[in-house]
Amino acid sequence: MEPEPIIETEELIRRFGDFTAIDRVTFSVRQGEIFGFLGANGAGKSTTIRILCGLLAPSAGRARVNGLDVSREPEAVKRSIGYMSQKFSLYLDLSAEENLAFFGGAYGLPPRVVRERAGELLSRVGLAQRREELTGRLPGGLRQRLALAAAMVHHPRILFLDEPTSGVDPRARQVFWSLIRQAARDGVTVFVTTHALDEAEYCDRIGLMADGRLRALDTPEGLKRRYLPGETFVIEGAPPRAAETLSALPGVLRVDSAGAAWRLRAETGRYDAEGLAERLGRGPVRVEPGEPTLEDVFLEVVSGAAQGENA
Amino acid sequence: MTGPLLTADSLTRRFGSLVALDGLSLAVDAGELFGLVGPDGAGKTTALRLLAGQLRPDRGAARVLGMDPARAGETVRAALGYVPQQFSLYGDLSVQENIDFFGAMFGLRRRDIEERAEELLRLTRLSHFRARRADALSGGMYKKLSIACSLLHRPRVLLLDEPTNGVDPVSRRELWQLLQRFASEGMAVLLTTAYMDEAARCHRVGLLHQGRLIRSQTPGEMRKDEKLACFWLETRTREDAEAALAHPAVLTAVVQGRRHRILVKKESAEELSRRVRESGGRLTETAPGFEDLFLFYTREDGRGA
Repeated sequence: MEPEPIIETEELIRRFGDFTAIDRVTFSVRQGEIFGFLGANGAGKSTTIRILCGLLAPSAGRARVNGLDVSREPEAVKRSIGYMSQKFSLYLDLSAEENLAFFGGAYGLPPRVVRERAGELLSRVGLAQRREELTGRLPGGLRQRLALAAAMVHHPRILFLDEPTSGVDPRARQVFWSLIRQAARDGVTVFVTTHALDEAEYCDRIGLMADGRLRALDTPEGLKRRYLPGETFVIEGAPPRAAETLSALPGVLRVDSAGAAWRLRAETGRYDAEGLAERLGRGPVRVEPGEPTLEDVFLEVVSGAAQGENA
Repeated sequence: MTGPLLTADSLTRRFGSLVALDGLSLAVDAGELFGLVGPDGAGKTTALRLLAGQLRPDRGAARVLGMDPARAGETVRAALGYVPQQFSLYGDLSVQENIDFFGAMFGLRRRDIEERAEELLRLTRLSHFRARRADALSGGMYKKLSIACSLLHRPRVLLLDEPTNGVDPVSRRELWQLLQRFASEGMAVLLTTAYMDEAARCHRVGLLHQGRLIRSQTPGEMRKDEKLACFWLETRTREDAEAALAHPAVLTAVVQGRRHRILVKKESAEELSRRVRESGGRLTETAPGFEDLFLFYTREDGRGA
């Protein structure tokens, strides 16, 4: 039997004046799942998270988190979840250990329990050696891990992470995601937003918001199958005008720039790398079969949504 | 003038006992997009602050249009756009009012402000939010407005500290198109970024590590390292994957779905490939990405440098 969802929303709506920030959003998240919540700036991601954390009341619809109704029991919801945002709310003039003690105390944990958990969390996130250093002197990547530890000090069953890796270098991001995966293996449900779509590949399922609506919801593989039919190729060394040539070819579904390269998606079986290179006059052009990415999905769904609005 | 619009000559800056930046030299020409990447604390922000004249070097010199940015005053101010990570917009002013304010501050004419604001707001997808207070913007929108405000006076040299932090993938692409267009019109752009796909979009990339510039190349040159090869690793079980990853030839690994992308010493690739095949898995060669190279060159054990 399917376990009860740990997060469940039904026709959730939130308006600010005459602006509808989120519009009839319905989805559910299973326990232990890493759920990625994607969308453009202003698409309604943060508003949804604030409602699910009990920080903002919905205008209409229903949301249950940890079995609690967010409208009726927002305080209980707040206590039952962990929350970390891009602007970590750590005290820079306290040490790493003191920050955890502060957050533990705020959640009403007895000092003995706080000490125990602080020790365990600091070694888990790799800060045991630097526990006495002032938070303000820690590099950004370590501060970010400390913020994660602070969000976990009361052992929440759900973690809400709002752009936790914004501006963090690739190595620190790798470490951070291994911590997220470990939490999920321990049964913690992780609800995470990001604009780095290579990270979204780590999620079990992904919801994609555009203009306040939930436009797509599936596993990364499922999203690619549904929104990116055909085959993907990566083209390097093509002249700048190649995009026009390529877009005009029969059976070509989409051409996007990716750095100095182009990504092209065409109907399955219509072209091979060799054939495409030939059409571009060869020379320094290099064509390789490519992997469809979540960035391709994002562009497809978000621009599709924009066209829908205009139609 | 001819020659680079922006130069750093042996720029060095200490904070107490910490050498934040150690002898940075670089030059950015008109029309060039130069990307500075590196781990947290590598000195990227310090470099930008020195080049913007916001901070004095202990040694070396920064030059904007051949002048000291900390001293040349009005000339440099008119030529330079600088967007720090925490750009100060007026929170209680609307998007439009912020634009008007910054336009006036740079002494632009009313008509120019209106024309340029129109274009910049459209390109940053902020047109619908003109009336919204800056305080009420999402992180990404705030960032985009900061950039729009610093582009109003059409600077010849633009310094951007992590401009796309918190900016969504669609806007990120659009911002890049904007930067590429300004560069093609002759602007010199120096920016820092934590996104490796953005490094690939620059004309040249500088890799800072522990205060020193350890590489400065075109993206194409950086990806052509004769000693390295990059593969997709697929195995039957997680244990097999772990065994393969523990092989000394494997320099870096990035998980992607059920596969790993690994950077390997070319000389040992054959042997590793044989081992993986023996346990029923396979290696498929691919071009190394910037992320792989970044992880390798900035390894903490120093084996990458």
